[in-house]
Amino acid sequence: MKEVLDGTPLISVRGLEKSFAGLKVLNGIDIDIKNGEIIAVIGPSGCGKSTFLRCLNCMEDPTGGSIFFDGEDIADVKVDINKHRENIGMVFQQFNLFNNKTVIDNITLAPIYCANKRLKAIKRKNFLTKLLRRPSEELILVDKDKKTIKAEAEAEARELLRFIGLEEKADAYPSTLSGGQKQRIAIARAIAMKPKVILFDEPTSALDPEMVGEVLDLMKKLADEKMTMVIVTHEMGFAREVADRILFINEGVIAEEGTPEEIFDDPKTERLKVFLSKVL
Amino acid sequence: MKAWNLFYKQFITYGGYHSVLDGLLATVEIAVFGLLIGVVIGTLIAVVKVMQKNKLIIKILEKVCDCYVAFFRGTPMVVQLLIGYFVLVPALGISLDGIVVAIIIFGLNSGAYVSEIMRAGIQSVDQGQLEAGRAVGLPYSVAMMKIVIPQSVKNILPTLGNEFIVLIKETSIVSFIAVVDITKAFRSIGDANYEYIVPYLILAAIYLVIVLGITYLIKLLERRLKRNERSA
Ligand SMILES: Nc1ncnc2c1ncn2[C@@H]1O[C@H](COP(=O)(O)OP(=O)(O)O)[C@@H](O)[C@H]1O
Ligand SMILES: [Mg+2]
Repeated sequence: MKEVLDGTPLISVRGLEKSFAGLKVLNGIDIDIKNGEIIAVIGPSGCGKSTFLRCLNCMEDPTGGSIFFDGEDIADVKVDINKHRENIGMVFQQFNLFNNKTVIDNITLAPIYCANKRLKAIKRKNFLTKLLRRPSEELILVDKDKKTIKAEAEAEARELLRFIGLEEKADAYPSTLSGGQKQRIAIARAIAMKPKVILFDEPTSALDPEMVGEVLDLMKKLADEKMTMVIVTHEMGFAREVADRILFINEGVIAEEGTPEEIFDDPKTERLKVFLSKVL
Repeated sequence: MKAWNLFYKQFITYGGYHSVLDGLLATVEIAVFGLLIGVVIGTLIAVVKVMQKNKLIIKILEKVCDCYVAFFRGTPMVVQLLIGYFVLVPALGISLDGIVVAIIIFGLNSGAYVSEIMRAGIQSVDQGQLEAGRAVGLPYSVAMMKIVIPQSVKNILPTLGNEFIVLIKETSIVSFIAVVDITKAFRSIGDANYEYIVPYLILAAIYLVIVLGITYLIKLLERRLKRNERSA
């Protein structure tokens, strides 16, 4: 088993609640996710796994509780969520590749946008420094322009495509790819932002059985590189092999959590025993 | 034959073709710029309509858009032209060419119709596309502009083409505000001798050719966009 890293948690969830128009789906979730940790989330269908995952990057706005990430409570609607989402990747069950973009553009769209945004902010700051002749402020070195940003992003994207073994698909459109290829590219798109954590919502559930393996293999490669991951999955074998910790969600709360051994070999609650008897 | 000779004299010898060409240009200008303005306004309204209504300002904006759409869909375009040219422009104390007023009114009017088309187009794009854009850190506006709206435009291209055809045909009313479009140009030719058969038949033929031409171009464009999606 991988050593469990200590230090301050990357994400701290406290009392997380989520209701949809009166229907309470999450009912107080507390969890600390450490750097480099791999967490599998399991539970019966409709128990709130997706909702929990989607609250972690505020794809759904929590209706109660806090989510601390990078020193800020991102559950607070006043924080700049886009800035934090750059650091929280997400991989969807249905892939959701941008259909109007080629594979390489899918991967580079957000990195280029974000780099340009930072460039603009630096230029604005330099301009003000010069304009106001603030002697205390140093001018920030601008070593890139839009062209080099694009070229660098594309070089990195090609590197990533090599990593996932789809180099030759750079200029293809998503509609020409198989499900497994789409999901691997969706994962590459998430990695391209160099996030601190990637959230996976049943990444293999929409795949034909023969393509599940290639996606799980890629995720194992990420695990080897110590990428922090939160994975909602029905692949119990995969969860057991890769996860450091498993959360069993039931009726909107974490009903049981523990190492794969504790969860699969020695379940404590009746609910988990029933659930495991159905899926294993 | 007499009718044809009279038309020929008016059209060629007395230079009627000048005003016909100018009129054709005016017709095309009003329809093209009208549609462009309409697409911009329509897209903005459509985005307001599909936004989550969790802020007061968006609720207010939506009400404003509703009133706008109701007005431009609920009154005849001629009336809108008349109000624009004879009421608003004098009231604002500015002087605007009839053709500029026509372009603005056609743009505003078509914005109301395009907003409905565009909204259907946006809703036809899978919600996951927007979510994936937001998930990588793009702001709502950027995700809409770069991902959702390009895909919705592809879906609504035929309907948008129809709107353009409607605009082309509706330009025939701009003579109400003293703009010489192609209809007005042919009417003047007929008025010269009270001989209308030839000019009006030719006028109809020209509209028909324009409309068929646009229909063909849209088909071509659609096919190109589709091919773009499939190419490996
Ligand atoms: N956008 C939504 N609006 C209303 N109800 C929702 C929405 N999303 C999820 N739910 C409800 O929340 C519950 C949990 O859903 P979900 O988190 O998708 O479950 P899981 O992923 O564990 O199968 C379900 O009862 C579902 O119907
Ligand atoms: Mg789910």
